[in-house]
Amino acid sequence: MSPIANLNNTYGDDKVHDACGLFGMMDRSGRLFDAEEPVKAIINMRDRGNGLGGGFAVYGIYSDFKDDYALHIMYLNPEPKERAEALLAENFNVRRSEQLPVDSSARVVRPPIIWRYFVSPKADRLHGQPTDDFVVANVMRINTETGGAYVFSSGKNMGIFKGVGFPEDIATYFRLKEYRGYMWVCHSRFPTNTPGWWGGAHPFNILDWTVVHNGELSSYGINRRYLEMYGYNCTMQTDTEVLAYALDLLRRRQNLPLHIAAKILAPPLWEEIAEMEPKERRLNMALRQTYGSLLMNGPFSIIAARQGEILGLTDRIKLRPLTAAVQGDLVFVASEEAAIRCVSPKLDRVWSPLGGEPVVGRLKGFEIEEIATPVIR
Amino acid sequence: MKTYLEPEFIVERNDDRCIRCKVCVNQCTYETHYYDEEDDQVLSRDENCVNCHRCVVFCPTHAITIKPNPTRYTENWNWSDEAIFTLKKQAESGAIVITGMGCDKPYLTYWDRILIDASQVTNPSIDPLREPMEIQTFLGAKPDRLEMEYNNGDIVLQTELAPQLTCETPIMFTALSYGAISFNVHTALARAATEFGTYMNTGEGGLDEQLYKYGDHIIVQVASGRFGVHAKYLDAGAAVEIKIGQGAKPGIGGHLPGEKVTEDISRTRMIPVGTDALSPAPQHDIYSIEDLRQLIYALKEATDYTKPVSVKIAAVHNSAAIASGMVRAGADIIALDGVRGATGAAPKVIRDNVGIPIELALASVDKRLRDEGIRNHASVVAAGGIKSSADVVKAIALGADAVYIGTAALVALGCTVCQGCHTGKCPWGIATTDPWISRRVNPDIATQRLVNLLRGWSLEIKEMMGGMGINAIESLRGNRDRLRGVGLTDTELRILGIKMAGD
Repeated sequence: MSPIANLNNTYGDDKVHDACGLFGMMDRSGRLFDAEEPVKAIINMRDRGNGLGGGFAVYGIYSDFKDDYALHIMYLNPEPKERAEALLAENFNVRRSEQLPVDSSARVVRPPIIWRYFVSPKADRLHGQPTDDFVVANVMRINTETGGAYVFSSGKNMGIFKGVGFPEDIATYFRLKEYRGYMWVCHSRFPTNTPGWWGGAHPFNILDWTVVHNGELSSYGINRRYLEMYGYNCTMQTDTEVLAYALDLLRRRQNLPLHIAAKILAPPLWEEIAEMEPKERRLNMALRQTYGSLLMNGPFSIIAARQGEILGLTDRIKLRPLTAAVQGDLVFVASEEAAIRCVSPKLDRVWSPLGGEPVVGRLKGFEIEEIATPVIR
Repeated sequence: MKTYLEPEFIVERNDDRCIRCKVCVNQCTYETHYYDEEDDQVLSRDENCVNCHRCVVFCPTHAITIKPNPTRYTENWNWSDEAIFTLKKQAESGAIVITGMGCDKPYLTYWDRILIDASQVTNPSIDPLREPMEIQTFLGAKPDRLEMEYNNGDIVLQTELAPQLTCETPIMFTALSYGAISFNVHTALARAATEFGTYMNTGEGGLDEQLYKYGDHIIVQVASGRFGVHAKYLDAGAAVEIKIGQGAKPGIGGHLPGEKVTEDISRTRMIPVGTDALSPAPQHDIYSIEDLRQLIYALKEATDYTKPVSVKIAAVHNSAAIASGMVRAGADIIALDGVRGATGAAPKVIRDNVGIPIELALASVDKRLRDEGIRNHASVVAAGGIKSSADVVKAIALGADAVYIGTAALVALGCTVCQGCHTGKCPWGIATTDPWISRRVNPDIATQRLVNLLRGWSLEIKEMMGGMGINAIESLRGNRDRLRGVGLTDTELRILGIKMAGD
């Protein structure tokens, strides 16, 4: 299915090893706010990064194009751009196509060309496929077939800005102070390899889903192979990428509720399952038996976000830190409490979730259908 | 006819140590040792010795040493001693040369060219002495997704999972038929599987009714001879396995010589005393994949869809495509038996030349099922020469859900892999039905030895997993990234789906 040689990681590393700082902030009222506080918070965790990667996912920034898929695409050189744009022109109505505005005075290393496109699938190309699946398939094609193009983000009314540098430099480079969103998910990276590789920076995204991640999945090999059965090509060979695809599979394609998806990624121990009430035990047993290959093993803390929803989660024995807090309408999830306190010294509530215990924040009044009729495929 | 065969082994006895207790004389079922009353000496007939070590172990004064016969034929890579010996044997018998156990040829053991990863710095290893380490394994078909209904905040699971086997460790006892091995060994396997929470496979000779009480931990086999197969037998087991082939003798059926068919065996196998139990080479109702489907569903019908149905094949060149067909035909478990898989009796020429190594078959089957998106639909069990917990870890990382062990379990009971199973005279009381010799296996002690083996391997598996930073076996399964090859060609690495060490 997935040719193992189809990689988009030019350094050909086996897998990216990361330690990182994570920060997520959402205003549940939907109020849009600028980059100041998120950037301040991520700077506060400087020791968690080493200047080899920083990035931001911002939701609610493209309200003028909220029905179009906003594609942020990185090009290593002009040829893949031509190929990717041909592929886009063939399959999508491209409403707008432009280079991402940047501040070239920022301290960043060898920035690639990054373009943004607002697109919608051409009706006659869908052949009955759900549009989301069609977009995923085309993202996979761009990542694997164009030889040097990589889709940073492909959701609606959101975008990802990331690259090599400290997060504040990345924020300057992409002129983030000009954007306002209701949710910011930030990442500062401490990679142990792939220096200077912009594609390796976080966040990772597919459609609506964004993931930032601290850790290294000891289960990566099987997570990837399982996802390949469902058509996901893990071209970046990073742990974070498999998390993003796993959430897309469970949440969007299989319509499983978020806390169930969290139970799949970080399930309870068998001895805990044995203690459960019969109904709950049956459910948890079935989840582990069915989705064992999506258990994310080894140390991780993640922030996963999609339109209207933010999730904080650690591995089931909590080998990486995660703190959550609430202040009024604001929900915070971060690697360190200090980062949260630095932008909001006063907090209504602050806590450290247990291993495998999900923290879920939602926009007020935002309807998320937990179980819709599953899409037949 | 004067035999031209020379003794393969020389028995040396240190006469200073020998106390004439005659333990060796009594223990050797091949009548190698004898006592000469006139000279008050214990002597040996070297030509009878099979190097089973029974006398060596039981000699109270350690007076006995067995050595390979130092007299060799003139060195010749083609006309090796073994080739000449086999030829002479054949010329004297005019028959197929029969042997026991698994292929002993130096075809590459890929397990020994594969190394396991461990966590350092970026990812902590996990300490199994202090933290949970889960190796529980479920065998059977899994759905591609779970359907749920959301009812007033309540999640109601809609998907009913297919029946599963629950193994406390991913190690099961492979098919060892009653008749090939003694009742006491069958009993010990059933009891050990029950005590440890795993499964033993009956093999193709049925199951003595006294062992039905262990049925929750028994996989009942249905082979081409249908020996001992009836409704009660199917009901007795936790799963049913259709045996298409076995690694020691792909393409031919099981052979139980008439000498081993005693009263008890006759009752269980439902054949007359003293008759050869020769299983047909194919299952005569399975000449094609659609026929297999019919038998799978006939067995599912017969057991009310309450038990998983396994299909066991010998690892052959086309295993991947065959396995795909088996899954599509409805098999819940695929058992693959590699070229080093053992037997109680097989033609030597077949044992040593037919089939492929389990590592390669396993890797290609797992890959094929994933490529076709049907890997969830069946569990994969690997067998054939697995000799250590490291082999188990490597097999699971290559893609197996669990392994079957046979030879390793018998070695735990005393077997020394002398390859004389087919004689029915196993001095260790294992591969025999002779009531006098079988008593050498005490079911209580044998059970303990098997449980010890399972416990020891399970602890070692947990240690290796912990070192890899993995605390649930499902994260090891199919996780080939955590394996590296040494001394393998690009093609071998490609088929195994692993990288070269250092890469």
